[in-house]
Amino acid sequence: MTLTVVPDSSLLPDLSKVSQVDEVGVNERAARFQTRSIKKESKIEALHMILSMIDLTTLEGQDTSGKVSQLCQKAIHLHNTLPNLPHVAAVCVYPTMVGVAKKALGDHKINVASVATAFPSGMAPRHIKLEETRLAVEEGADEIDMVISRGAFLQGEYGLVFDEIAAVKEACGEAHLKVILETGELGTLDRVRRASVLAMHAGADFIKTSTGKIQPAATLPVTLVMLQAIRDYFYDTGRMVGMKPAGGISTAKLAVHYLVMLRETLGNAWMTPEWYRFGASSLANDVLMQLQKQATGVYQSADYFSKD
Amino acid sequence: MDNQNKLAFDGGWQYAPAPESTDHITIDGQYGLFIGGDFVAPESGKYFESINPATEEVLSSVASASSADVDSAVKAARKAYNGPWSKMKAAERGKYIYRIARILQERAREFATIESLDGGKPIRESRDIDIPLAAAHFFYYAGWADKLEYAFPGKRPVSLGVAGQIIPWNFPLLMAAWKIAPALACGNTVVLKPAETTPLTALKLAEVVRDAGLPDGVVNIITGAGETGAAIVNHDDVDKVAFTGSTGVGRIIQRALAGTNKKYTLELGGKAANVIFADAAIDQAVEGIVNGIFFNQGHVCCAGSRLIVQESVADEVVQKLKDRMETLIVGDPLDKNTDIGAINSASQLETIESYLRLGQEEGAEMHQSSRDIPTTGYWCRPTIFTGVSQSNRIVQEEIFGPVLAIQTFRTLDEGLSKANNTPYGLSGGVWTDKGSKIFKMTQKIRAGVIWANTFNKFDPTSPFGGYKESGVGREGGMHGLGAYLRLEG
Repeated sequence: MTLTVVPDSSLLPDLSKVSQVDEVGVNERAARFQTRSIKKESKIEALHMILSMIDLTTLEGQDTSGKVSQLCQKAIHLHNTLPNLPHVAAVCVYPTMVGVAKKALGDHKINVASVATAFPSGMAPRHIKLEETRLAVEEGADEIDMVISRGAFLQGEYGLVFDEIAAVKEACGEAHLKVILETGELGTLDRVRRASVLAMHAGADFIKTSTGKIQPAATLPVTLVMLQAIRDYFYDTGRMVGMKPAGGISTAKLAVHYLVMLRETLGNAWMTPEWYRFGASSLANDVLMQLQKQATGVYQSADYFSKD
Repeated sequence: MDNQNKLAFDGGWQYAPAPESTDHITIDGQYGLFIGGDFVAPESGKYFESINPATEEVLSSVASASSADVDSAVKAARKAYNGPWSKMKAAERGKYIYRIARILQERAREFATIESLDGGKPIRESRDIDIPLAAAHFFYYAGWADKLEYAFPGKRPVSLGVAGQIIPWNFPLLMAAWKIAPALACGNTVVLKPAETTPLTALKLAEVVRDAGLPDGVVNIITGAGETGAAIVNHDDVDKVAFTGSTGVGRIIQRALAGTNKKYTLELGGKAANVIFADAAIDQAVEGIVNGIFFNQGHVCCAGSRLIVQESVADEVVQKLKDRMETLIVGDPLDKNTDIGAINSASQLETIESYLRLGQEEGAEMHQSSRDIPTTGYWCRPTIFTGVSQSNRIVQEEIFGPVLAIQTFRTLDEGLSKANNTPYGLSGGVWTDKGSKIFKMTQKIRAGVIWANTFNKFDPTSPFGGYKESGVGREGGMHGLGAYLRLEG
């Protein structure tokens, strides 16, 4: 469900009214999800779900057409020796690589996601951000991962950040918009919650934790706060917004804990690639390694799994 | 507010059963009384069964101690007190207590499993809370053994003699630790009676005491029902009585002790208010409500069984609480994913169910989670009542189950008055983002323990105890030492 009307800043809610966040309580709740013991068939189901939710990502200055093409092959053929594997949700690249990825993926139902808006810093004039967004969409991007202007947000220029998101949303046209809050630069969970509310009201289809270029990137507590913001927005408006934790989730075990948290916070409706994504580069292989172990009873070395 | 934008928690991805194994534990078919360092048969030859409340299967049969057995236990304790224990150097005494703590840690998994089997509490709680905290109490009081003069500067602390201790079924091992650790550290010997429905971890603790090499008779553990407890309380050679349990029994004990020289501490019932202000971190407060009332099936004397929520956020809190209740897993206590285990006994389940009927008769609206519960054993779904009044019995009386009564308030004074309008005063909770409000409320709520922006947190260093009908005396921390000492000079 993509918003068809572009919001204007009269829709910006009073962020001072957004519910407070108690960090100690959030950490406690997040730790509790990690005590869930996911075994046997529920584990295998989770591992498949995780693979199907991955935005397989390469965002390096040294990316080449060759590397992106290879990554797309990996997205299609995760590990052919294991039967019945799903494919990942999307391949996530820089705008200049969208065309390459689109071609490499061909008719496969794997989306191309492109970062835009002067990723990862967002330090560019708005018209350039919009131009970059339009270019990525013209090249064939199905999804745009934008960054918010953290400087403006931290200065309290909420209207400015809101308008920028709304403008990028408009530039996206049919493409889905993921809004990266870069929570590692926001400093407090209260700000994470407010930024989430702002982004959703401005038209985000997804909210996303991090660029992966700043530490800390995604954490369970930060993701929990964003999920709770999504839930409150859904209670109020009936509109579902997707969630994408990105950066720092490199093991299957941790990803399963993210799924547990998702299940117990937003429920089953969100447990599909349409509403939940993992932004990750090395997660897929760890999940494959676990699936191989479930199938054969032994762990194989990393050398048995293609890197890209 | 009945929001039509509903979240769905049924169906979809489910957690496969993840039961803790029971291969690693041994439970004997029959247990005698642990008196004078040995397990001995009861004088009457009578035994009673301890069952698993989740399956109704018999776990073991344990001895029923008569007053003659109580007498021999008290004699053994007196002999040990007069003999080695009161004459031993305090640092040596401390070593024994440290040893108990370490053995408990080493055998933690076994204790956790037996605790969940015998009492019905989720293994997550017995593993992460009960057993580690029990060991922590022994560690903490072991450290005090040779430092008692520093706790009471200018006084000479003297041990009392034989302590008679009676503990409840909700935290069997933990309550045994709360009682035994400070008593031993202060140089007393003990006769302890665990609850009738949950004797097994106390009997296992007797094994630990034996393995730790404590002199015979320093710790005596005897099982039985109410009459056994009464015999301990009324025994002439008992110097101190420590009781945790219902207010009704507490009253009988206090009456029995009036006019005697015995010191006593009574840890009784509660009906704690959890007060949520509109400026609280609501999502974390909802977690606090859940921890407050659904922890250990609500079998907690300090449970936050009354929710008093500011009216402007009441609808939001209730909606979120209802959704959260759908994610609580009720079932096999040994499953690592279980959030709410079995009700401890058939009779307790009956009590809880009678309150559920009563609440509805009183006109309150009852809401329960829709999740499945097992068909054998004793179970109760997490339950909340809205639209309740201060005059309702479900607001005034302790239910001791996973049942929450929800009221609203407008001003701080109204919230405070509701919180205090109860014969109990064991614990309370305050949720607000504003520090000044925390101080105002915590100073004025008349309860022994008050948590701010959290609930049901325990630590050996922190004293615990009640006002009014919630009891007398404090256990835990430095205060807990005073209950087992006479201060001279």
